[in-house]
Amino acid sequence: MNNAQPQKNSPAERVQQSLKKRYRAEARFRAFGAFSVILGLAALLVLFVKIISSGIGAFQQTYIKLDLAYDESVLGISDPRDEDQLAVANFEGAIRAALLTRFPSVTARSDKRALYSMVSIAAAFELQDELRHAPDLLNKRRQYWLLADDDLDTYFKSLKAGDPYLGRVSPQQVEWITSLIEAGEVRKQFNRRFFTSGDSAEAEMAGILGALIGSLLTLAVTLVLSFPIGVGAAIYLEEYAPANKFTDFIEVNINNLAAVPSVIFGLLGLAIFLNMFGMPRSVPLVGGLVLTLMTLPTIIISSRAAIKSVPQSIRDAALGMGASKMQLILHHVLPLAMPGMLTGAIIGMAQALGETAPLLMIGMVAFIVDIPGSIDDPATVLPVQIFLWADSPERAFVERTSAAIMVLLGFLIAMNALAIWLRQHLEKRW
Amino acid sequence: MPHRHDSVRKRCRNSILRQQLTHHYNQPLLGFEGKKLKKIIWRVFFTATTVVALGAQASSRDSISVVGSSTVFPFSKVVAERFGRATKFRTPTIEQTGTGGGFREFCKGVGVDYVDISNASRKIKKSEKTLCKKNGVREIIEVLIGYDGIVLANSVNAPVFSLSRRDIFLALAKEIPNPDGSNSLIPNPHKTWREVNSALPDTKIAVLGPPQTSGTRDAFVELAMEGGCKKFAWIAELKKTNKAHYKSICHIIRDDGAFIEAGENDNLIVQKLNANPAALGIFGFSFLDQNTDKVQASLVDGQQPTFESIADGRYPVSRPLYFYVKKAHVGVIPGIAEYLAEFTSEKSWGEEGYLADKGMIPLPKNKRAEMKARVAGLVEMNDF
Repeated sequence: MNNAQPQKNSPAERVQQSLKKRYRAEARFRAFGAFSVILGLAALLVLFVKIISSGIGAFQQTYIKLDLAYDESVLGISDPRDEDQLAVANFEGAIRAALLTRFPSVTARSDKRALYSMVSIAAAFELQDELRHAPDLLNKRRQYWLLADDDLDTYFKSLKAGDPYLGRVSPQQVEWITSLIEAGEVRKQFNRRFFTSGDSAEAEMAGILGALIGSLLTLAVTLVLSFPIGVGAAIYLEEYAPANKFTDFIEVNINNLAAVPSVIFGLLGLAIFLNMFGMPRSVPLVGGLVLTLMTLPTIIISSRAAIKSVPQSIRDAALGMGASKMQLILHHVLPLAMPGMLTGAIIGMAQALGETAPLLMIGMVAFIVDIPGSIDDPATVLPVQIFLWADSPERAFVERTSAAIMVLLGFLIAMNALAIWLRQHLEKRW
Repeated sequence: MPHRHDSVRKRCRNSILRQQLTHHYNQPLLGFEGKKLKKIIWRVFFTATTVVALGAQASSRDSISVVGSSTVFPFSKVVAERFGRATKFRTPTIEQTGTGGGFREFCKGVGVDYVDISNASRKIKKSEKTLCKKNGVREIIEVLIGYDGIVLANSVNAPVFSLSRRDIFLALAKEIPNPDGSNSLIPNPHKTWREVNSALPDTKIAVLGPPQTSGTRDAFVELAMEGGCKKFAWIAELKKTNKAHYKSICHIIRDDGAFIEAGENDNLIVQKLNANPAALGIFGFSFLDQNTDKVQASLVDGQQPTFESIADGRYPVSRPLYFYVKKAHVGVIPGIAEYLAEFTSEKSWGEEGYLADKGMIPLPKNKRAEMKARVAGLVEMNDF
């Protein structure tokens, strides 16, 4: 070192001098880490607050109290026990009559239409159900809380929040609603329908159950197929496969598959399951098959890691005791690797639960009202339902979208909690 | 498994493995929880496999399958739902694949494996007809159901725009006719609306619109842009002589940032307009109808988009909505005839029907009668 300055200080002094700088660097490093964590937490908090604050409203729905009669002449039926008569009975007429009794000053045709539109079409179906179960109610007069239309619901909720939304209600309707509110004939109830019915074109009637069942059925198919196949593949690759170029080739491909965008699997599913095998569109069976293709690499990789983590000593001991390779795997390796495999499978499932793109191709992005009963009924899944609602013009779907996101998040948290539970209770440590 | 551990210990007393083995085998290998888990796993698999096996058996279809335009989707689903509730048939499945994607599915073939109805926000194209014919889909019933307006809107906090189609073309086209009057093109130089038309405000041109895959975009380009483009005589002449060139002038939207692709979700565009009062957005009339507190429509050629002005054609940027039905499926898939009857009933697509409540612009009365007769008689397209 020709150009180096001659050092005057002793090594100890030099260390002392640099110490402050090193402490500062250390503090910066720590602060950066803490900042990253805080940023992440803040983003999560904002997300949760935003979703919960906009979605919480969907768990309550507005109802209107009306004095309603199951009048024989209005309904146009004579025997409510007869299913055929019940199907054609004019329940809407009964509701309209009740509305006109409540607001007798309404006579013009357009005014009547505005008045009638304040009650949801679901109310008529509810009344039909009630009369079916209690035929004695015919010709009796009672007070009912009827489901309000989504426009009225939006208005009422926004009114309570202090910022009334007048876009979809006429001044006349506002007048009627005000008179109902003053008489205490409007109230919000827990929205049971949201958890017990399928999708609907009318926001006030739309529910999440259809999509929830669809998700469960799809995931069941995925789990049943991907877990045994994935574990089988992992066992073969870890325990039996010879170490040659071909095995390496397979390994590289599995790792690549795990990184393929999910929509590609949808295209594959469309080509194979729908076009080649002629399976029906929009069914959880095909959805499950496509998601199986997608989750298989994840499960294989995590299962292999779990098998690898079983100590060599156990294998040696089992073989030393005279166990066959199959006994070794079934009696020792698999049970010990199971918690890791299950965790991997559940993470793969959680990933599959949130997928929309591959399902687009096989027709599961669809409007489906009926709640699916089996894996070959048309169905949709939770994330698709969220997507469809977010895309709907009706204002009342905004809060429903957030509410559906809350349900999906709840589902995901439950699955992750299960993964943690499995790991903590079943994992063996060395 | 205590006995196993004992025997292990005895037999391996002097082996090298002893230490390791005693260490590991002193802890139960597969404890109580492990056994229970094994049982649970087997049980889950058994039930689930049975479900899969049972489910895979049935394959015939008992619900109507509808695909197609996302503009028709909201109308189609109301009809489907009412139909499902009021009749004994299952509720039809409605997919939104876009008009083009819908025809691709629709034209794949005839039979229970293929869809029954395709919704469209434009007429079926020649190429799609050819595809249909190639796959044996021959008898198709075309039903015009109503109209949809495409609006240009901005935030209610900004002044209302009054545009002509010529203004729209000059503001959004990639290349515009040379202002010196010669029959040549220059790259669009306009930065503000005032540069386009001195009557317009002096704000930057920023228009949020759907991407190229969208039917709304196609319709906007064809009706608004081309409508303005044709106002230049020499370009209109081109249509006869060089159609490809004509289309490339009229249909290509500028890509220098003045037109912003904002995704297929019209709700998102409404939200963005609310946040940015200087921007304009392009979306369907039903979204305007639902969000009148946030956005206001611009006048196009002096016309406000309303139910009336779109229905009678005064508002220029409106398009017809259709659906197409395979005649061969009527009577095979249960409920098609009844679904068509519900769709074409007065309480559904009439002037005061529930589709009008959802924002669809109804057909004039005579057109409705014509379409109703066509559906009732299952009259297929004859120029097919």
